[in-house]
Amino acid sequence: MPLVKGGKIVSDTYAGLADDAELASGGNVLMSAARFLADPAALAVRSGQTGVVWPNNRDIDDLVPHLAEIAVVALVFPSFRDGRAYSQARLLRERHGYRGELRATGQVLRDQFVFMLRAGFDTFDVRKESDAKAFAQVAERYSVFYQPTGDGRATAFRQRLARQAEVTGS
Amino acid sequence: MYAYDEIDRTLVNERVSEFRDQVQRRLSGELTEDEFKSLRLMNGVYLQLHAYMLRVAIPYGTLSSPQLRKLAHVARRYDRGYGHFTTRQNIQYNWIKLSELPDALEDLAAVGIHGMQTSGNCIRNITTDQWAGVAPGEIEDPRIWAEILRQYSTLHPEFSFLPRKFKIAITASDHDRAAIKIHDIGLRIRKNEQGETGFEVLVGGGLGRTPFIGKTIKQFVVHRDILSYVEAILRVYNQYGRRDNIYKARIKILVHELGIEKFAQEVEDEWLQMRDGVLALDDAVVEDIRSRFSYPAYQKLSDNPDEMKAASADPRFAMWLGNSVAPHRVTGYSIVTLSLKPVGMPPGDATAEQMDAIADLADKYSSGEIRVGHEQNLALPNVAKRDLPALWRALDKIGVATPNVNLITDIIACPGLDYCSLANARSIPIAQELTKRFADPDLANMIGKLHINISGCINACGHHHVGHIGILGVEKNNEEFYQITIGGRADEQAEMGTLIGPAVPYADVADVVEDIVEAYLALRARPDETFVETVKRLGVTPFKERVYATR
Repeated sequence: MPLVKGGKIVSDTYAGLADDAELASGGNVLMSAARFLADPAALAVRSGQTGVVWPNNRDIDDLVPHLAEIAVVALVFPSFRDGRAYSQARLLRERHGYRGELRATGQVLRDQFVFMLRAGFDTFDVRKESDAKAFAQVAERYSVFYQPTGDGRATAFRQRLARQAEVTGS
Repeated sequence: MYAYDEIDRTLVNERVSEFRDQVQRRLSGELTEDEFKSLRLMNGVYLQLHAYMLRVAIPYGTLSSPQLRKLAHVARRYDRGYGHFTTRQNIQYNWIKLSELPDALEDLAAVGIHGMQTSGNCIRNITTDQWAGVAPGEIEDPRIWAEILRQYSTLHPEFSFLPRKFKIAITASDHDRAAIKIHDIGLRIRKNEQGETGFEVLVGGGLGRTPFIGKTIKQFVVHRDILSYVEAILRVYNQYGRRDNIYKARIKILVHELGIEKFAQEVEDEWLQMRDGVLALDDAVVEDIRSRFSYPAYQKLSDNPDEMKAASADPRFAMWLGNSVAPHRVTGYSIVTLSLKPVGMPPGDATAEQMDAIADLADKYSSGEIRVGHEQNLALPNVAKRDLPALWRALDKIGVATPNVNLITDIIACPGLDYCSLANARSIPIAQELTKRFADPDLANMIGKLHINISGCINACGHHHVGHIGILGVEKNNEEFYQITIGGRADEQAEMGTLIGPAVPYADVADVVEDIVEAYLALRARPDETFVETVKRLGVTPFKERVYATR
């Protein structure tokens, strides 16, 4: 599946690590939350980067103490209809200040890109090649946003007040 | 009226262009029907028994005359010349072609209306009292807050894939015309001791197969905090609401399973971490929204003008006046309800010609404004009393002056098996038959206030649980049967109705309702004891005995 990062299709430098596979010192790996939590200290001796696939039914509070050691958090959309990971993403970004890579995985389709960007995702494990290719265009489809999120886009409420201020010169 | 600005219009246009692309991808086969389903649902497009159905939002039930004309245009150009007003301040078109849907939405976008937030598991169209802004005694115009919530909820990036749909309603009057207690979140505007506006917040109301009356989760949330508090509720629900079973996925089940205290604590914990964040509403934002609602320049007029005195000699006018005209907060003005429940017709339908004519009458007599209520009627909110006789004649001519508002023939009904793929039984023909049985206006008046609600299946779109008489279609051995409840109500004293006994076949429903009404007329303590009051006083037993004595 194509990976989109920074708006472009890129090759994935992370390899999935099975729960029973040996953890090598080098190389970038993505491991399950269960494996990670079983021995978080194992990361300390690694030279490669580590990412964690966090399920959407597990409280992210369990992940928060370890955020500094993790390079990628991959959140899961088992179906595009299951929106729990949007809340997890916003909490990681906006409440816990996570600045590493936030990856959307699972059934990631083009019509969710804007929602995902707004929730703080920056990397997308896209299901379909055609959706991945359309990413840049789809991401720019909207220019108006009503809700403030951590993505920093000005909301309609704020845009209006700014315009008024311009008009009145205040 | 609320005036959309460039920002609001841009969003609606961007949405239409996105939907056009989605329809194109579906027609080309790039999208499967399953993938397309959630996309079309996010634009109000359902697949019904016979065709695609388009549901268009009428936020907080307020329409301008150009908007109503555009709804008429869509009915005429893309549908079969009529539209159906629903119980949630939406209008539905039942016969639109998929390939023409983007054009229909583009036409609607030209007047700032759209199908966003009318379907799918998102925050649905925000509803309120259809008399908002004009009702006497109202604390303040709830539409300001409905509009703030409309903007907040539209294409919300976190809450567009909730466990299930999510409905919010607001009222600012003691008498609740918005049915807030049967919504996922109900908001009742109040003032605190300092005179600040805020909200009593109710949560977990809803009908469907597991009906609940909403419970108060917080007595008072000051207006500055309303968005953060709503977001806290939604975030708890998004994470912990059940997704394993569609029938247990509404927030009412989560509230019920956790208990209101535990749920309230979860919300409080979440809210305290964000209440001072970006969602805190400052006065400038609220004032900006408020400033874009315009109100007519009311004149100083008589409450009892000569025109009205002269016309009152006509008993038909007098009957309509007594039934369909309500007091306005400004002296000399009235709120006029337009009954979309003529004898023998489907409740809530209006033809393109009627919509055009009503738009013209709104321009002439009601400052260009029309309202839509959850009872599936329309209203003209700003009519000078001296214009009532002329308005009545015009409304009568187009068939929307049936003097049956709040009476037994003012029936709320879902589309039922005539249109809906979920239905087990027909609703519309039951309603039509009942309007014929009780067509005599003197009889209906003598019976007094009585709401009949009909749903064609357990999903309860006709709100049968809260009908004074509720009728629920079920299927038994491939035949249509109907369960009858009595004593329900949707207002500030909301309550679920009680089942009177075994379901009855289609052909018996109207007879059963007649029996119930006859029992009521015999049992009521005085002529002004309403049906629900009699049921409350006596319970269901005497009604049950009457209905089943001969069955």
